[in-house]
Amino acid sequence: MLAYVIRRVAQSVLVLFVVGLVAFAMFRFVGDPVDNMLGQERTQADIERLRETLGLDQPFPVQYWRFLGQAAQGNFGLSYRQGRPVADILMERLPATLELAFVSGLLALVGGIALGIFTAIRRRGAAANAIMTLSLIGVSLPTFLIGILLIYLFSVELGWLPSFGRGEVTGLGGWWTTGFLTQSGLKALILPAITLGLYQMTLIMRLVRTEMLEVLRTDYIRFARARGLRDRAINFHHALKNTLVPVITITGLQLGSIIAFAIITETVFQWPGVGLLFINAIQFVDIPVMAAYLMLISVMFVGINLIVDLLYFAIDPRLRVDRTAGRGT
Amino acid sequence: MTTPVLSVRDLVVEIPTRRGVLRPVDRVSFDIAAGEILGVVGESGAGKSMTGNAVIGLLDPPARIARGEVLLSGQPIQNIGREALRRLRGKRMGMIFQDPLTSLNPLLTVGEQLTETILEHMPVGNAEARRRAIAALEEVGIPAAAARIDSYPHEFSGGMRQRVVIALALCAEPDLVIADEPTTALDVSVQAQIVALLKRLCRERGVAVMLVTHDMGVIAEAADRVAVMYAGRLAEIGPVREVLTAARHPYTAGLMASTPLAGHGRRRLRQIPGAMPRLGALPPGCAFHPRCDRAEARCRQDPTPRVEDCGGRAACWFPLAAPADRQEAGA
Ligand SMILES: Nc1ncnc2c1ncn2[C@@H]1O[C@H](COP(=O)(O)OP(=O)(O)O)[C@@H](O)[C@H]1O
Ligand SMILES: [Mg+2]
Repeated sequence: MLAYVIRRVAQSVLVLFVVGLVAFAMFRFVGDPVDNMLGQERTQADIERLRETLGLDQPFPVQYWRFLGQAAQGNFGLSYRQGRPVADILMERLPATLELAFVSGLLALVGGIALGIFTAIRRRGAAANAIMTLSLIGVSLPTFLIGILLIYLFSVELGWLPSFGRGEVTGLGGWWTTGFLTQSGLKALILPAITLGLYQMTLIMRLVRTEMLEVLRTDYIRFARARGLRDRAINFHHALKNTLVPVITITGLQLGSIIAFAIITETVFQWPGVGLLFINAIQFVDIPVMAAYLMLISVMFVGINLIVDLLYFAIDPRLRVDRTAGRGT
Repeated sequence: MTTPVLSVRDLVVEIPTRRGVLRPVDRVSFDIAAGEILGVVGESGAGKSMTGNAVIGLLDPPARIARGEVLLSGQPIQNIGREALRRLRGKRMGMIFQDPLTSLNPLLTVGEQLTETILEHMPVGNAEARRRAIAALEEVGIPAAAARIDSYPHEFSGGMRQRVVIALALCAEPDLVIADEPTTALDVSVQAQIVALLKRLCRERGVAVMLVTHDMGVIAEAADRVAVMYAGRLAEIGPVREVLTAARHPYTAGLMASTPLAGHGRRRLRQIPGAMPRLGALPPGCAFHPRCDRAEARCRQDPTPRVEDCGGRAACWFPLAAPADRQEAGA
């Protein structure tokens, strides 16, 4: 088990090194940082001096290594556009994205698993069939369209919910801002969270349903029925646990992609998170911000994957095979 | 005579399909007394599992009991409703499936699965349920049961897992156990042990056992009586010695001639020509007549014979003679 964990951590670190290389390459080869930093009136001497100060005269591997070292400490330099440390800008924006992703993820997970179980257990029922049909729409409509439809219905027509922004936020501990504590903050969360979570929710629901139907056909469920266990025990104890094993991996990946997908939702709702920051950074070719965003997202992705893999262990005893356990005949 | 634990009367199982109604079980009747093992044999697809599933109320829709009765200690149970039937399962009748590798939930310990079943059916608390679970494992011959109760199924070998399955089926002390090919998936070396275990539990506890199997050796070893099924119908039923050594139904005779039996030395094995008809294409009359060298016009024309219509032993208009008759004929 320990060997497995070490191997997975090593893989994760490797992935981060590669992403770091891409981010670094952006710095190095998309535009010239020296050009960006020096004004129009510059001499060749100025350029040489700045190159030396920035370490750009060093060999490529050395530069890459220094870049990683800086990145690991959260130092991505100054934003070309705002002239402030990129880390500060990201930290301001991160709470908005994380809160949105958290609510969407929760919605996708709870809603997806509950609906998946329901549609599997009552697979011949009218309600289950209706949900399955609706979910097809959920999967096939693009995210931005869902967002626009929701805005049209709930903001424009009904006027119940705001169509953009985060509402009123409260500062916490000087470095976090939350929309959870004010009514306008909570209201502002609803539409973006649904928009962002709907696709993942339908995916998780369909996955849970398929897995659950599969599990309900197995011999051990049949045997559990033959022992006269109650439907509740069979569905929620025996079947659900087995359903969740394969569901966990995909679900973990889905939750990871929520943070990435947030770019679209944040743009539609002008949500002041890192996704919107990234889109704006692209418009202004603000390389440090783009590179930092890339690194941040990949750290989250890799982190979630790692947690998912470890969860797998917690739930499935077959993976924690204790080879010393006796095997009698 | 005391009431049999299980009495099946003219049981008909039907599956409605687009091309008509299939009858995987057609007017089957048999009894099993307490402490008795009824072996059920027949080719794959003969309807053995369907019969067992119908008895315990676990037919997969659209299959359903269309007619007939299933009596458990004299009480009809074929239409008492889902919930009442569930209460009987485990408590009054248990079932053992073919593959011990897939019969146990891989994510729950053996102890969890046992205590859950005991708590469902017995008026006991957690501690007592655990004590009984350990006793159940001991009874089926799991060494160091108290230590192994918290193990997961994958930590047991195939033979041990089938013992666990048997412990699970018997832990709420049912009067009837249906064992559907309990040894087919096991190593030859452990098959005999499992059969011996079933036989011992049957004798000690007075459980009625319906033992479905392909294996004539298992039948000869364990069964008191044997029922032979063919195309959803009962071909022959009787005491195991008599059926094995002096079959009356031509199909049973053909089956015996094509099966190597221990103690019979090297025999020439003869295969019955042809194959069992599909359910959708059953011939009229006796389903076996196209393969039978004794068939006459009556076998094709008359309604399908039942065992009860032909003297209670073989469902055949022209059964093979009993040994006594044969000797007379030879003298
Ligand atoms: N859902 C179904 N639709 C049509 N035929 C079925 C279905 N399920 C089982 N059968 C048929 O029922 C017959 C009896 O099957 P089964 O009881 O499993 O046989 P056995 O256990 O003797 O091998 C087989 O011929 C099989 O093809
Ligand atoms: Mg079968």
